[in-house]
Amino acid sequence: MEQLLSVLKELHPEVDFDTADGLVTSGVLTSLDIIALIAEINAAFDVEVPAEEIIPENFDSAKTIWAMVERLMDED
Amino acid sequence: MQTNVLEYLEQTAPQVPEKLAFSNGTEGMTFREVYDQARAIGSTLLSLGAEREAVVVFMEKHPRTVTAFFGAVYAGCFYVPIDAEMPRFRVELILQQLKPRFVLCDDKTRPLAEELKGEARLLSYEEAASGPIDPAALAAVRDSALDTDPIYIVFTSGSTGVPKGVAACHRSVIDYIEQLSRVLGFSRETVFGNQTPLYFDACLKELYPTLKFGATTYLIPKSLFMFPVKLVEYLNEHRINTICWVVSALTMISGFKVLEKHVPQYLHTVAFGSEMFPIRQLKLWRAALPSARFVNLYGPTEATGMSCWFEVDRDFSDDEILPVGRPFRNTGVLLLDEQGRPAAPGQVGEICLRGTCLTLGYYGDFARTHEAFVQNPLNDKYPELIYRTGDLGRYNERGELVFLSRKDNQIKHVGHRIELGEVEVVACMDEAVRAACCLYDGEKKRLLLCYEGEAEPAELAKSLRAKLPPYMAPNGIHRLEALPRTPNGKMDRRALLERARNGTL
Repeated sequence: MEQLLSVLKELHPEVDFDTADGLVTSGVLTSLDIIALIAEINAAFDVEVPAEEIIPENFDSAKTIWAMVERLMDED
Repeated sequence: MQTNVLEYLEQTAPQVPEKLAFSNGTEGMTFREVYDQARAIGSTLLSLGAEREAVVVFMEKHPRTVTAFFGAVYAGCFYVPIDAEMPRFRVELILQQLKPRFVLCDDKTRPLAEELKGEARLLSYEEAASGPIDPAALAAVRDSALDTDPIYIVFTSGSTGVPKGVAACHRSVIDYIEQLSRVLGFSRETVFGNQTPLYFDACLKELYPTLKFGATTYLIPKSLFMFPVKLVEYLNEHRINTICWVVSALTMISGFKVLEKHVPQYLHTVAFGSEMFPIRQLKLWRAALPSARFVNLYGPTEATGMSCWFEVDRDFSDDEILPVGRPFRNTGVLLLDEQGRPAAPGQVGEICLRGTCLTLGYYGDFARTHEAFVQNPLNDKYPELIYRTGDLGRYNERGELVFLSRKDNQIKHVGHRIELGEVEVVACMDEAVRAACCLYDGEKKRLLLCYEGEAEPAELAKSLRAKLPPYMAPNGIHRLEALPRTPNGKMDRRALLERARNGTL
């Protein structure tokens, strides 16, 4: 989780990802952020986020992103 | 002969009044609604004294915004689209330049519009569209209108940091719509999925053919371009069959391997442009949609939308560049060398355009207009303007025009001429490179390559050295999470160079 938070922090230093939700609905994350974030997640956690997981529900907060990462790591 | 873009709407609305014209998927407007509300807006503007002047449309992307554009044209004025998401600084720059007397807004933009409007009269869409229609006033405006009158100004980035407003007239837009429609085969069955923002000329491709044919345009919510599977589902839900997108929107879908499982099943016409389409990604698309047409479009805003087209008619290898093909009918291309002579066969030249497609130039800026719109150097007999695009191209052995790079992307490095675009194309041949941007830091005399993708910098450097002559091998390779892009999705070379110089790559 810490690792994910630091990745997010790098993308948006101005956001407190510990508490922020609605990252997608409130427009914090852009389409470029998502592309960058997925590349980071793939590299950092040695997973491959499949297209089916790239949905708003999974990217709405650091918590939901982390839940997805954990799920993907378990599948490996 | 048609002399006004609104004739498209006036011919179509009585034929299919209840058909959906524009929608965002949840809210839509029929042709009758578009026609009535555009005429009401035109009447309101006229009643307030508007006359052949800029009407700023500062609204969220919505069917109403499109209708507001037509409303401005009904008043004999020209619309200036400003998006709700445009940064405040840019909105200010544009309003300062225009000093408009009328600004149309919606609930979302009203607070900022109030603050920045200056002397302008601020009207909400509802206010303008609910007023009475004055047929006599609208008819009087039409009687005195010319097809050389402007209908819009769109702002493109200027090299000096101040946006340049490009103004285009009825005649140029009609010419473009007629030729584009012929090539792409639009009809009443066409269902467009619009991706580009409404504040660029790119959206002409959907807006006016929708009026001309009685087609339907879905303005796809921007957020969907983050979620490729949802995007494909949206295309299928609305039976979208025709798209004209920037390349990066298409490669977002193919790059995440979405097409393996989710195919946009109604799609039969895929047009794209503004960027080079990596052949590897194009192959994925063609494999997923074997019977669809793929058309590469090329053209500068200054020549009204797109000027050239190439239908993908054969297989390309990963190291080839997709041609931009040939000009639309009634558009002329000149390839000129540095002395203003036609480039020799196979040689590189600046792509110059002539014809009705030429816009009116940069609004309120005669100096820069005269720099770019010049007398045809091959004609010393009568006035004939050409637009110098600053793009370099050449004809391939098949006689197809190929765009190579911007004129200002050609650099000289250790005595050799280098097209930065060439280094990028070679970098993109690596399948672990999604996009690449090559820069030249003239001060440090370093050729830098920045890229997105999984490739390891060391590995990529090795493979580039294997593919490029030594003087073209980058001196620094930086993997970035995302290359910076301009608002319309092109690589932002300027921003990248800035970061390189500040050591913040």
